[in-house]
Amino acid sequence: MVKEFIHNMSLQVGTSGYEESVSRFVRGEFEKYCDEVSVDEYFNVTGIMRGDKWGTCQEGKKYPRIMICAHMDEIAMMVKEIDDDGFIRVSTVGGFDMRLLPGLEVVVHGKEAINGIMAAKPNHVQDDNEKGKALGTNSLFIDTGLSAQRVKDLVSIGDIVTYNSEMGELKNGLLFGKAMDDRAGIAILIATMLELKRFHFGAEVSFVATVQEEVGTKGAQMVSYRIQPDIGVAIDVTHGASPDAPAPGTIPMDKGICMAFGPNMHPTLFNRLKSVADEYAIPYATELCKGPTGTDARSIQISREGIPTLLLEIPLRYMHTPVEVISLDAVKKAGRLLANFIADMKEDWEQWTTF
Amino acid sequence: MDDLLKKLSEIAGVSGDEGRVRDLIKEEAKPYATDMVTDAMGNLIVYKKGTVGAKKGLIAAHMDEVGFIVKSISDDGFIRFDSMGGVDTRTVLSQRVKVTHSDIKGIFGIKAIHLQGWDERNNLLGIGSLYVDVGAKNKDETGVKIGDYIAFDTEFKDFGEGLMKGKALDDRLGCANLLYLMRNEYEDDLYFCFTVQEEIGTRGASLCANRVKPDYALILEGTFAYDVPDVPCGKEVTRLGCGPAITVADNTVICHKGLVNRLIEVAEENNIPHQFKGLIAGGTDAGAIRTAVGGVPAGVISVPCRYLHSPVSVASWADFENVRKLAYAWLTTDEKF
Repeated sequence: MVKEFIHNMSLQVGTSGYEESVSRFVRGEFEKYCDEVSVDEYFNVTGIMRGDKWGTCQEGKKYPRIMICAHMDEIAMMVKEIDDDGFIRVSTVGGFDMRLLPGLEVVVHGKEAINGIMAAKPNHVQDDNEKGKALGTNSLFIDTGLSAQRVKDLVSIGDIVTYNSEMGELKNGLLFGKAMDDRAGIAILIATMLELKRFHFGAEVSFVATVQEEVGTKGAQMVSYRIQPDIGVAIDVTHGASPDAPAPGTIPMDKGICMAFGPNMHPTLFNRLKSVADEYAIPYATELCKGPTGTDARSIQISREGIPTLLLEIPLRYMHTPVEVISLDAVKKAGRLLANFIADMKEDWEQWTTF
Repeated sequence: MDDLLKKLSEIAGVSGDEGRVRDLIKEEAKPYATDMVTDAMGNLIVYKKGTVGAKKGLIAAHMDEVGFIVKSISDDGFIRFDSMGGVDTRTVLSQRVKVTHSDIKGIFGIKAIHLQGWDERNNLLGIGSLYVDVGAKNKDETGVKIGDYIAFDTEFKDFGEGLMKGKALDDRLGCANLLYLMRNEYEDDLYFCFTVQEEIGTRGASLCANRVKPDYALILEGTFAYDVPDVPCGKEVTRLGCGPAITVADNTVICHKGLVNRLIEVAEENNIPHQFKGLIAGGTDAGAIRTAVGGVPAGVISVPCRYLHSPVSVASWADFENVRKLAYAWLTTDEKF
């Protein structure tokens, strides 16, 4: 179920600022599990689940309101120019490794979705000074195989171009595909909802699929202010270890979910999360993040008068490529961890958000 | 959609590992073959007896494709390799592959842009710096052995208007055309040769010629189409949709002049569009066949392909069909050269 969700989620199209269609999909999924779902003007999707004990806490005390965020926007390219033969030139939006673009299959989101191939001039006609060097966007083009007229009818300057990459599976339940950053995070929201269904709990949980994280955590700024939760949790990705980027500095893929600590995270709450993981024997790694993280957590923490914040990270190899690799097991276990973390919030939960 | 061509394109068969392709072709050729033999190197020769049988013709296409061969597997389960044939290594990062020993799925990894220095981003990686990730935690888990082959894993599909996209169009297009051509009857005895190891130096073809001792030979190929942006005018080699490309000469062969002229005449008589391969470069089995058994008149006609030797090439359906038409028309004329 979670795997199928990741597959569908990975294929959704939604670059920063263009999340309408992906938000429609997420809304439909949230509605399966949440008590109420809403979408705001910028297409942030919020699904609320209330525990069966919500509102019944004793003597003026109340259970917490918890917000859990993952972002649904993805990196993409934009159409910059269409030449007389119908070949398309693009600009990149977000961090792209130009070296992997030649030979990639892409989708141009014009009036309809058009399959294309990203290519460069043949190596046999490259000048000597071009050989062995990465190519800039001006040296790359998209071939759609369509006539120039048809391309001009269907495609406009500014149209979005995404990787064309169907999800696949490697050994050990590792999944690869486009936009696992941070669609795998949305999958953790779903996994948490599925787990929470089985629990008696008191909290009110707002699950939020945020927009525009890749351009400065804009969606998280909006929803944190609006929801004003007692506790905020961001879910994003971190770099998984690979031969060209070994640990330390990256997280091994088989260690499970990663808990970030450092000034962006509430220290007592972080310890609480760890003790829940230990108690339920859920494996995890930890990662020190020395400053404000590059995730929704940076904005949640400083919303209104301040929100005790946590950050869960999914180890991911080959970030921003069409074959981002994540562990299905880590996603599922993160759902279990969060559900237990929420269900363990008793009347005395406030002590976990103090110093 | 051509299901046979789709199957041929998607199956893995890097030079030296053509077995799967050969098995598929054997199966498809069976109803039309008088006899079939697989030789000592793995070439498949399908004999079709002619109605007259006065002469012997050899029609060849190569089964192998460019790819990689496994050189080592690290303790942490990553696979290092060398290239087989002239792979455009600019195009491999982030691509999907199959390790063919048991069709294990993998991808070419590259650490995230965030983890790269400026100099790293600007310089292309050599083959020695590339690796394949199959998701294994250690060497044993990979299920991969040194000497296993790695092929691109690309879906074959219709593309744009009247085009197709897929891997190994060079030369599964030729293999498919041979399979279609052998469904017809011919006066001469014909030997349809599906050769091995073309991409690593046209190694298999001469064995076929030595066995068959043909009176003439025709090679069906896929060749470069540089009709894309940033290529200087005049360097397009061939253009998609402009018909079969007739080779006058490449790096390995100066084609038989009389045979080339007959191909042109036959194309004109039958109103088949055609063009010439506008670059003396690349090599084909024609180079090996024309010098075999004391010299064989040989010619080459090719389907133009964009992005040859990359994970995904593009070709025109009309060109593919017109190569077949031209080959058939020529094979059924009395005068071959």
